[in-house]
Amino acid sequence: MGKYTERLYNGIIKENPTFVLVLGMCPTLAVTTSAINGVGMGLSTTAVLVMSNMLISMLRKIIPDSVRMPAFIVVVASFVTIVQFLLQGFVPSLYDSLGLYIPLIVVNCIILGRAESYASKNPVGLSIFDGIGMGLGFTLALTLIGMVREIIGAGQIFGFQILGDWYTPITIFVLAPGALFVLGFMTAIQNAIANKKGKPRKDTFGECGAGCASCGNASCKGRFLTTEATTEKKEEN
Amino acid sequence: MNENYNISSSPHIRDKVTSSNIMLMVVIALLPATIFGVYNFGVSALINVVLTTGTAVLAEYVYEKLMKKPVTIKDFSAVVTGLLLALNLPPTLPYWMGPLGAVFAIVVVKQLFGGLGQNFMNPALAARCFLLISFTGRMTYFVYDGVTGATPLAELKAGNAVNTMDMLIGNIRGTIGETSVIAIMIGAIFLLLMGIIDLRIPGTYLLTFVIFITIFGGHGFDPQYITAHLCGGGIMLGAWFMATDYVTSPITKTGQIVYGICLGVLTGLFRLFGGSAEGVSYAIIFSNLLVPLIERITLPKPFGKGGEK
Repeated sequence: MGKYTERLYNGIIKENPTFVLVLGMCPTLAVTTSAINGVGMGLSTTAVLVMSNMLISMLRKIIPDSVRMPAFIVVVASFVTIVQFLLQGFVPSLYDSLGLYIPLIVVNCIILGRAESYASKNPVGLSIFDGIGMGLGFTLALTLIGMVREIIGAGQIFGFQILGDWYTPITIFVLAPGALFVLGFMTAIQNAIANKKGKPRKDTFGECGAGCASCGNASCKGRFLTTEATTEKKEEN
Repeated sequence: MNENYNISSSPHIRDKVTSSNIMLMVVIALLPATIFGVYNFGVSALINVVLTTGTAVLAEYVYEKLMKKPVTIKDFSAVVTGLLLALNLPPTLPYWMGPLGAVFAIVVVKQLFGGLGQNFMNPALAARCFLLISFTGRMTYFVYDGVTGATPLAELKAGNAVNTMDMLIGNIRGTIGETSVIAIMIGAIFLLLMGIIDLRIPGTYLLTFVIFITIFGGHGFDPQYITAHLCGGGIMLGAWFMATDYVTSPITKTGQIVYGICLGVLTGLFRLFGGSAEGVSYAIIFSNLLVPLIERITLPKPFGKGGEK
């Protein structure tokens, strides 16, 4: 994996800003009442994140350390204003449904967090890809949450009625508590998958059968060996 | 060392009372209200009660099997949760809504927080609020004797006259188990006599509520108005069976009194100044959230602490 694709993988899966880092909860909980709102919010944030990461990375040797926070805020706020005007001009319906949460992108922890922990220390190219990865991870998470909430709470997906008249929408899912339920369950699912991946494979134990003294494989560190002594110890435990 | 000389750590005094005993008593105490509800509202009420209670037990069994935890359905706590939820539902509810609420109560409110003894909120009431917010229309649709209409409590709020005697017996619109004050009191007195609950929480709850209603109700001390408020809605069921839930009420004695006062004030506030006529379930789950704070400030001082310095 190249270092650029590694940044993308890192942002979308490994350090997903919503499900793993749990950053930017305010827009995550507030605007995900429908899938389209999730996509809109995610892409707006991605645009701001990529551009601010790029500019901050360019300026990283010029900005004095002691005033870096105000400087970051000014950079981020400029891009948010641009995005806000573009949305207002070209997609007014999305602008209306996102409302106050567009200007609030300025104080989104993901953007300031990436600026502080990545863009201000790394070259421009990598910072751009970090922004794309993190932004897409955020968009993916918001869209997923929005889709689940929209299906359960309204029987629709991206505004299309997919569940018929027989379905009674569980309205609580498009209200505030629904956001917390869905986020909680998705984080739990993500954790369950991640935990499964992290565990050592059980089937590799006890395959070897020989003693470690005669074995040349140093990277094994005794994991493959199951002598009678170790089996007994395990049973005692 | 002879056999009579035992050395063990505390507790030294043991009792035969177990969780399952207590829960069984609560189920028995709820039976008069359940039977009256079924008699009053007919087959649909019975089906709702059976389905909701059954689903609660099944949900607990399936979740614990899936999560490879010890199965605890024998302690009757899931039965109590399911039954209490069913008693809080309108008799005409579609048959799938009660079970949905039961699954929410058991899996989300109870098991995800660690099972019996760990839930921070009364599961039955949380599920009722879940259903109330999701299906407001169906959850506030009350029929009695084939006639649809407002509950006596809503009539009372609108300023209309209500028949207090009917409210006492239970010949009114309402949820399956809340209508008959007499049936609920039979169960409550049984629990009091068996020592399962004491008067501290329900007593302070009802007393505070009466005082609040007298001051802010706009009728002064009007026995008719106060009785109607006490007999209407879910306050009796809530005060005797749900506010006294061991898990979600304070364990300190002073704390229980503070908790009862909170409940009374909140219920009065919601009923008199809130948007809807009823507020018992919200008052109880809201006070459930205050319980850790109440317990912290009412922690008794250990012997020897806090003297003059």
